[in-house]
Amino acid sequence: MKQKLKLCLQLFLTFMKIGAVTFGGGYAMIPIIENEISVKKGWIDGEELLEVVAISETTPGPIAICAAAFIGYKKAGVLGAFAATLGVVTPSFAIIYLISLFLRKFEDLQIIKYAFFGIRAGVLALLIKAVISMFKKSPKNIVAWLIMAASFAAVAFFSANVIIVILSAAVIGLAATLIARKAGKEL
Amino acid sequence: MNIYLLLFLEFFKMGALTFGGGYAMIPFIEETVLSHEWMTTRELVDFIAISESTPGAFAVNISTYVGSEVGGILGALCATAGLVLPPFIVIILIAKIYDRFKRSAIVQGAMLGLKSTVVGLIGATVLSVGIEIFFSEGINFDVLKTANFYVSLGIFAVSLFLLLYKKLNPILIIALSAAAGIAFGYTGIIKV
Repeated sequence: MKQKLKLCLQLFLTFMKIGAVTFGGGYAMIPIIENEISVKKGWIDGEELLEVVAISETTPGPIAICAAAFIGYKKAGVLGAFAATLGVVTPSFAIIYLISLFLRKFEDLQIIKYAFFGIRAGVLALLIKAVISMFKKSPKNIVAWLIMAASFAAVAFFSANVIIVILSAAVIGLAATLIARKAGKEL
Repeated sequence: MNIYLLLFLEFFKMGALTFGGGYAMIPFIEETVLSHEWMTTRELVDFIAISESTPGAFAVNISTYVGSEVGGILGALCATAGLVLPPFIVIILIAKIYDRFKRSAIVQGAMLGLKSTVVGLIGATVLSVGIEIFFSEGINFDVLKTANFYVSLGIFAVSLFLLLYKKLNPILIIALSAAAGIAFGYTGIIKV
C-alpha cells in the first residue's frame, strides 16, 4: 500500500512537470512524455508509447488527459490514473485561473489592443495549419472526403449542431466500414 | 439551471464527444460559448493565442478560463472536472481490453467518421474566424478601403508562410504577430 502511494505521488509529480512544460498541448506532449516517462523513468517502453498515442486518438477528450490516465492506470490502477490526471491538469488550471483574474483589466490598454489585432491574424494561420495537419492524418477515401465536405457545409452554411454532426459522422463512418467489409473490401 | 451544473454538463459533453484533442475541440467550444454568450468569437480567438503561450492542453485551458469567467474558481473547477471526467472514465474502462477494442470493426468504422468530420468542422471554424478578423463590421466592400484589412491580410499571409514552410513555433508566430500589430498601431497605420 505504502509502495503504491509512493508511486502515485511520483505519477502526480511527473505528470505535473509534463503539464507545466508542454506548450500547445495535444501532440506536442508526446515527445515530452517519451522523455520523462519512457527514457527517464522507464515506466513504459517505445511500443507502449505508441499504444498511448493510439489510445488517446481513439478515445474522447484531450490527448494529455487520455495519456496521463492510461499510463497512470497501467502503473497503479485507478488511483494512479487519478494521480497522473490531476497532475497533468494542475499547472494549466492554476496558470489560466490566475490569468482569468486580471486579463480583463489589461484588455483596455492601447498596446494590448494593437497586439491582439496582430495576434488574431496569426491565430487564423495557426488554425489553417491545424486543418492541414488533421487532413493529412485523416483516412484517404471517398467516404472520408464526403464526410469532411458535408460536415463543413452543415456547420458553415446551415449552422448545424456540432454534436449532431459528430454523431452522424461516426454512424456514417461505421455504416460505410461495415458495408465495405461485407462486400469483402477495405475502405 | 444552476450555473455550476451547466458548466459541468457543457464541458462534459465536449470531453465525451471530441476526439484527437487540441484544436479538434475548437468547433465544439465555439458553438457552446457563443450559444450561452460566455464569449464572442473574437474573445475565443484571443484566448487561443493565450492558450498557445501558456503550458497545458488547450481544452483544459479553455474550460478553466470559461469556468472562471462565468462562475469564479468554483466555475473553473466544475468546467474542468466536466471536461476531464469522460476521458478519465473511458480510459479506465478500456485500458485492459484495449487490443480488442482497437481492432473491433465498430471502433474502426466510427473512427473513420470522427477523424473525417473534425477536418470539416475545423474548416468551418476557420471560415467564421476569418470573417471575424477580416469583416468584423459585416461583409461589405468598404472594408477593402481600410488599412486594417491589408495589415491583417499581410500578418496572416506571413504567419502562414512561416508556419508551413519555415516550421516556426506557434509561440513565435504569436509574438511576431503581436509585435507587428503594435508597430502598425503606434505608427498610426491601423485604427483599433
